[in-house]
Amino acid sequence: MSEKIYKPGNYPDLPPPPGTVGVYGWIRQNLFSSISNSLLTIISVMLLYYLIDGIIGWFFLDAVFDADSKIACRKIDDGACWAVITRRVGQFVYGFYPEAERWRIDITFLTMFVAFAPLLYPDIPKRKWLLYFSIFYPFFAFVLIMGGYFGLQKIEYSLFGGFMLTVILGVCGIVCSLPLGILLALGRQSNLTVVRTLSVCFIEFMRGVPLITLLFVASSMLNYFLPPGTNFSILVRVIIMFTFFSAAYIAEVIRGGIQAIPKGQYEAADALGMNYWQKTRFITLPQALKISIPGIVNTFIGLYKDTTLVVVIGLLDPLGIGRAALADTKWNGLSTETYLFVALFFFVSCFAMSRYSLWLENKLNTDKK
Amino acid sequence: MVVNKNKSSNPVIEIKEMHKWFGNFHVLKNISLGVNQGERIVICGPSGSGKSTLIRCINRLEVHQQGDIIVNNVELTGDLKNLEAIRSDVGMVFQSFNLFPHLTVLENCTLAPIWVKKLPKKEAEELAMELLTRVKIPEQALKYPGQLSGGQQQRVAIARSLCMQPKIMLFDEPTSALDPEMIKEVLDTMIELAETGMTMLVVTHEMGFAKKVADSVIFMDEGEIIEQNDPKNFFNNPKNDRTKLFLSQILNH
Repeated sequence: MSEKIYKPGNYPDLPPPPGTVGVYGWIRQNLFSSISNSLLTIISVMLLYYLIDGIIGWFFLDAVFDADSKIACRKIDDGACWAVITRRVGQFVYGFYPEAERWRIDITFLTMFVAFAPLLYPDIPKRKWLLYFSIFYPFFAFVLIMGGYFGLQKIEYSLFGGFMLTVILGVCGIVCSLPLGILLALGRQSNLTVVRTLSVCFIEFMRGVPLITLLFVASSMLNYFLPPGTNFSILVRVIIMFTFFSAAYIAEVIRGGIQAIPKGQYEAADALGMNYWQKTRFITLPQALKISIPGIVNTFIGLYKDTTLVVVIGLLDPLGIGRAALADTKWNGLSTETYLFVALFFFVSCFAMSRYSLWLENKLNTDKK
Repeated sequence: MVVNKNKSSNPVIEIKEMHKWFGNFHVLKNISLGVNQGERIVICGPSGSGKSTLIRCINRLEVHQQGDIIVNNVELTGDLKNLEAIRSDVGMVFQSFNLFPHLTVLENCTLAPIWVKKLPKKEAEELAMELLTRVKIPEQALKYPGQLSGGQQQRVAIARSLCMQPKIMLFDEPTSALDPEMIKEVLDTMIELAETGMTMLVVTHEMGFAKKVADSVIFMDEGEIIEQNDPKNFFNNPKNDRTKLFLSQILNH
């Protein structure tokens, strides 16, 4: 034993035992670690095979993509009848926006990504210049969609519908409710009694009332509460209600984030002589928002899907368009195809938001890197 | 013990008959204390004796209810203008570092100089790098606090406070949250700081540090200053029984 004196380097790093790492190791540990696990794996794979076989057949292989009616579809093949979508895709996307003017929606939609890029990706090149465009974008989008200026034909909001309506309501609601939610969260934590009480009342009222009642208020009563002479279109009123509703939820999510910040952070900022707004801007909000990302995005996704509720006050969101299509005798009974299509649209949008939030969380995680 | 040549008879902190309560609990009782420019004072005492609360009153992280605290000839009141002036003259280092985890080490150091002192960014960064070099971690400037060891974090916290170019530094148990092997690097930084002539108030149980650096050692118990003396007399012939008991407890284990 006496010659076994420890010297650095006497114990080299050994490779892990075979069969515990790599693809083979992963499969062995996760899929075939015991007899019951192996059985479960085999049964699941068989089930998946039959399911996927049927799903692919119905969705693609046996599906009909163009026909004049449901009956015509059935004569060709017995899978899904996507003709109800392909024949009415214009309505699903643009509602009743005049066909000759639909390029305006396309441009607004595509430029929206340019406007959002500098806000969503802080490391983007030429961010400062893009930010100017982001500030200018709401006016640009408003003029382009509504028309009535620069020789553009004025379009009535009652013609709006489909995915375009969803995106307008969702994006406006999301963009307006985040800053309002932040202010409400700060207000609720404020030392000023009046500000705090008002914030609490607003949050509790908005959270305590079903969204549908707020939409009815928007459609019928909101003008009574506003100064005489003001007359917002129903679209603006609905956006205001969505904003208020989701701002109340976001305020509570952010309050959770603010309360999760250790007291020592504020003491350190105080000790450095920072005032309230400096503390809020540099210490509180960056940390609170980072903690709240999952909750905020959760609220956004909820808001986005809740835009389908506008159907109760007569706006034609994708579900409304779908219902109109199903009411057509030619397409009677194709509700599976119609609702699956609408669901797919919502799923893609919401999944994108969810992935973005994961990416952002990872990026802002400063503990590793 | 080194002789402090920087100590002058110019008082920078004067506390007169100060009292503080937490609710009904009387935490600080009739505290009177004068600190001269360049003086190094170590405050010790059992936990709950009010020593942290005392130094937190000096930059008004805690509000005293009775008596006066005068820092740099400015009296501490509810007046925000006075408060901000005092806070940018008084640096503080905390037990739990309290670095801003979402900012890099460099940004931690430049945030307050840029926004509170309105220093140009480039100047603030040069100053920060100079001070990070002084605490011997310039190479960590672009890392985040979460990537550093406890000792490194505390040295960053010291550099962050020094970036405001304070006249007085308060240390609230700066080594209590550190692993034993990291205590020395922080104490060495503090000793170097003391040699530059900084006025320092240090709450600590590191008696070696007190013997080496302090001009005077204060013993507190139950919200009162029980004894204040130069380190030699304080450690060799404490007068009060409670001081004797405390010293026997922390020195003989």
